[in-house]
Amino acid sequence: MTNLATARDTAPARRAAPRRPGRGPLAAGSRTRGAAGRRRTPLLFWCPFAVLFAAMYLAPIVYAAVSSLFVVHRSGLGLTAPTKVFDPIGNYTHAFGDGGFTSSLGRVALFGVVQVPVMLGLALGLALLLDSRSARAKGFFRLAGFLPYAIPGVSAALVWSFMYSPQSSPVNHLLEPLGLHVPFFSGGTVLWSVANIVTWAWTGYNMVIIYAALQSVPAEVLEAARVDGASALRIAWSIKIPAVRGAIALTAVFSIIGSAQLFNEPVVLQPVSSGAISSVFTPIMSAQAAVAAGDYPYAAAQSVVLAVLVGVVSFVFFKLTNRGEQA
Amino acid sequence: MSTTSTKPQRLRPRRETTPLSRTAVMLLLALSTLYFLLPLWWLLVAATKPFGAQFSGSGLWFDGFGLFDNLSRLSAQDGGIFWRWMLNSVLYCGVGALVGTALSALAGYTIAKYEFRGRGVLFGAVLAAVLVPKVLFTLPLYLMFSGVHLIDNPLAVLLPSVVSPFGVYLSRVFAAQVPDEVIEAGRLDGAGEFRIFRTLATRMMLPALVTIFLFQFVEIWNNYLLPAMVLGDDRLQPVTVGLVGWNASHVAVPPPLVVIGSLVSVAPLVIAFLALQRFWRAGMTAGAVK
Repeated sequence: MTNLATARDTAPARRAAPRRPGRGPLAAGSRTRGAAGRRRTPLLFWCPFAVLFAAMYLAPIVYAAVSSLFVVHRSGLGLTAPTKVFDPIGNYTHAFGDGGFTSSLGRVALFGVVQVPVMLGLALGLALLLDSRSARAKGFFRLAGFLPYAIPGVSAALVWSFMYSPQSSPVNHLLEPLGLHVPFFSGGTVLWSVANIVTWAWTGYNMVIIYAALQSVPAEVLEAARVDGASALRIAWSIKIPAVRGAIALTAVFSIIGSAQLFNEPVVLQPVSSGAISSVFTPIMSAQAAVAAGDYPYAAAQSVVLAVLVGVVSFVFFKLTNRGEQA
Repeated sequence: MSTTSTKPQRLRPRRETTPLSRTAVMLLLALSTLYFLLPLWWLLVAATKPFGAQFSGSGLWFDGFGLFDNLSRLSAQDGGIFWRWMLNSVLYCGVGALVGTALSALAGYTIAKYEFRGRGVLFGAVLAAVLVPKVLFTLPLYLMFSGVHLIDNPLAVLLPSVVSPFGVYLSRVFAAQVPDEVIEAGRLDGAGEFRIFRTLATRMMLPALVTIFLFQFVEIWNNYLLPAMVLGDDRLQPVTVGLVGWNASHVAVPPPLVVIGSLVSVAPLVIAFLALQRFWRAGMTAGAVK
């Protein structure tokens, strides 16, 4: 039995075994050999993942951080090959002085500040409706809301681009009797046309997460509130919503991260937007434009700036929501 | 095994609601469903219309039938490259999700069931990686791959795709539910550690592994930026990159073909989604309960 104890029980023996193989009597020797075999097993189990993880996640971060410290210098006519010069802040001062890049940061910040609360408000409202005692056919409604998640972001954007098309928009066709016409691709509305696609794709996903959290509200608590004469709205506001704060905070962080990487939808709409979506509409598009221009270190610097900003915003958000929970 | 079965059952008296509240709730839910289904309905209707009529009329009801003609035009465009894109997508997603699920299962199981040095660091790194926007890795990866001449090589899509921090996280959650007694019993019977994993643990984790496979399949299918950057040769591209290329070609490729191609490319996903919905929910609830 001791020989077959769990890996945890034999941990000290495993650590000692390879260093002092000849130590102890014969019986202990066979025991350490068995344990040593088990010691290698976890390594072989997690190593394939860890090696690929290091290569595909850690290496790019290091690579981007290091290469962002070099600035590409070109000769005036571009006749000679560009040279790289070590200049740790060159690309960063360039990025913060680059109107295209800074306004793309402002654009996704505005996008996040408006779209994330709207989408999560919708998701919370729908989850509460589904959870209410008046709802029927819950399975169907949940499935219909979640279905857009199965559609690839690029495909969803393609379909919406047809729905927006000035010649054939079925949305405007529906609104025509009301005397409304939405200019989906005008400079002022195009960001919200993009926001609608993201909202369409992710509301149901967030709704399912919040709805799952609502299922863990104890039935006795709800029953007690009902006996006390609380209305359905009051129960939703005072019991259910506070109970799912954690799920809402989680979906909010994922949505903020999603806003920062906004790329697929504006890129798909770009060719049909008649210029309303520029090639540096979002930070990722801006970095990609730098790659297209051959300025890799500048693209890397933009990625680093965006990553740091996303990290800071997520961290601050976590701190704020946690403090609220303790209070 | 499934997390849904452990939910506390709510005992609610039925019929304590007023007709007014029932009507209001159902109306709001119906409105939201209209919004969610409208674009998909438009896509289905437009793809069945005769070629060239895709953008005429209100777009909300059928008008003539040209689905089969549309499909044959789609197949004929650019020497049938559309089907090659579909095949590429299925290969990238199938192979990537299969290998990725195996790696995630092994790593998650090891983190859940073994003590080893670096376990905390590894799991911490996995959790942190779940929270970092994946798109941010794409540009540096592109630069790295061009450094080692992997551009226009399917490996440039497959290698990043098989690493799934979320898959490891899910598999750790589900592997924790494999009883230690089962693993002990396997050891008593003289089975090696890998054999215990392969025959006992994977069998008990199977529903979870299906969930991880599905999430990864869709994630790879959804990833547009990476293949768009590393695969310049259109014969290697997945269907999402190909269709966006057609859409951006202005009228070199007729827009109706993009509509029909979109329908064909999302149909398998929608069918798989509807057929396998219980696996989706299992993963989402596990992901939510952190």
